[in-house]
Amino acid sequence: MANIVIDNIKKSFGAFQALKGVSLTINDGEFVSLLGPSGCGKTTLLRIIAGLETSTAGDVRIGEKSVIGLLPKDRGLAMVFQNYAVFPHMTVYENVAFGLRMQKADDARVKKQVEKAAGLLHIEPYLDRYPNKLSGGQRQRVAVARALAVEPGVLLMDEPLSNLDALLRLEMRTELKTVLQEAGTTTIYVTHDQTEAMGLSDRIAVVHDGRIEQVGTPVEVYNHPATRFVGGFIGNPPMNFITMPVTGGQVTAGAQQFAVPAQGGEIVLGLRGETVERAPTGQGLDMQVRVAEPMGSHLLLTGSILGQPARVILPATETVRNGETVGLTLDPKRLTWLSPENGVSYPAAA
Amino acid sequence: MTQNRSWIPYALILPSVVFLGLLFVVPLVQTLWLAVSDNGTPSLANMTTMVTDLNFGRSVLNTFLLTLAVVPIQIVMALTMGSMVAKMNGGRETILWIWTIPLGISDLAAGMVWLSILQNTGYLNSVLFGLGIIERQTAWLTYQTPVALFIGIAIAEIWRGTAIVMIIIVAGLNQVPKEFKEAAEIFGASPWTRFTRITLPLIRPALQSALILRTVLAFEVFAVVYALGGRNFPVLVGEAYNWQNQNQNYGVAAAYAVLIMVISLAATLVYLKAVKVDPERLP
Repeated sequence: MANIVIDNIKKSFGAFQALKGVSLTINDGEFVSLLGPSGCGKTTLLRIIAGLETSTAGDVRIGEKSVIGLLPKDRGLAMVFQNYAVFPHMTVYENVAFGLRMQKADDARVKKQVEKAAGLLHIEPYLDRYPNKLSGGQRQRVAVARALAVEPGVLLMDEPLSNLDALLRLEMRTELKTVLQEAGTTTIYVTHDQTEAMGLSDRIAVVHDGRIEQVGTPVEVYNHPATRFVGGFIGNPPMNFITMPVTGGQVTAGAQQFAVPAQGGEIVLGLRGETVERAPTGQGLDMQVRVAEPMGSHLLLTGSILGQPARVILPATETVRNGETVGLTLDPKRLTWLSPENGVSYPAAA
Repeated sequence: MTQNRSWIPYALILPSVVFLGLLFVVPLVQTLWLAVSDNGTPSLANMTTMVTDLNFGRSVLNTFLLTLAVVPIQIVMALTMGSMVAKMNGGRETILWIWTIPLGISDLAAGMVWLSILQNTGYLNSVLFGLGIIERQTAWLTYQTPVALFIGIAIAEIWRGTAIVMIIIVAGLNQVPKEFKEAAEIFGASPWTRFTRITLPLIRPALQSALILRTVLAFEVFAVVYALGGRNFPVLVGEAYNWQNQNQNYGVAAAYAVLIMVISLAATLVYLKAVKVDPERLP
């Protein structure tokens, strides 16, 4: 078990700056996701922590010890790769045992550890098989078991579920959470899938363009995104951003009035689609509905508010026709206000 | 419009089958018959002549020694070269291109290149003389210097034939995803362990192809040997050539040809058994 301190890590590939000074502290036993779109630098950061890539500047400390310059094997970590990287020429047993064999563990310890890891991941029936006979999900279990068998202080996972089909991904996600909670391993999990990050993480670090935009619990990051990017990236549908006029420190939305952290000019309202309610006629913020999609569990409305594109969610019991205008009541506690100039949000009102 | 046109594939491969049949199977059967017949009746006379010939034992021995010396060195060199270029970021294609130049040269021309280096008035002697290591021209390629002759021929063969092995090995190495090596590295495998426990098992198919191809070609060695050693270093194909052209005895030449084919087939079978490729255990 170990905590990890990432201290101002920079990485350039030629003229391209992949990481522009990233700092992050991960507590012992914590599960932190690096979440961001492809090309944002999250995998590069993970590979630097692993020791598979060198950083241009900065420090990584695992358990208070700087590991920059150490070989991957001397960093006390294990890794799960996106395409599993389960060795095809070894049985599942030998795959899971690989790290222990490299540590020259005796057969009794290998057997004990392999059985323990295989038990956690439910792969005991396949121990004698070769990976090519297994499904993608089973191979991913082997990869996780191989990583856990060495009882690493730190577990690194690089998009471990993205090669699985949707249903299996959901199943593995739940299972991973259980297994990792039980193992208590400090975990860094790279993903571009915000639902995975939300569901699994203690904290999420949203990475964008070589920087960390926000670090917080899933609920914090979801409810109070630090920037417009975070709000737009997390959540489905993404957060709506509606520019509104401010008069005397107040914004008017239908019959409602909100005090905002600006005196005049304009401010951007960050509005989560599912936080609205249908207002009594003539009292809400008007939304022109272009398409209404009944999704079964809810009703998804796509259209515009104040001439700006918006998507909101109403209970499945509501009926709205395409082309209709509906009034919306906003929940003052769940609004985010952002600066129209730089897209940074104002601190949440106390 | 889904018509059953199952004959089309057969029609398309027919020309190549006919071509091979006319120019390979027919001569093969003819050669086999030539080897085991005498004046149109079955006979082992040609075989007997071949086996009792003065050069037979030496040519078998030389061919096997040369194969045993050259093939392992070529495989090791090709693996080393392939692993080295795999680490390169830029200029990889250029290096590969330079390394494969010998492939574009005919056997005989390659033999001549090395003759110009190793003969009495060759570049090697010039350099050694210039450095003061030798005082007069030294002969390397005569029957009196069998070891030097063998080494000279082996070096020329290695120079000429390693590229083809390397191309196959590089293709094999390219098939191994880098995540396998990274995973092994993370879990504590040293570079040597990664090579022996991960890379080598995963390039088995390429290794098998390279071994078969290179060994069969080594048993057929001729032009390089002929250019450097002439009959001072008899090899199987050289003997077949002599019986065919010098002695005009097509029967014994055919016997040699059949022997070479049998040895090649046997080597191939040994490799197929020894370097087993199990598709289940590949990426």
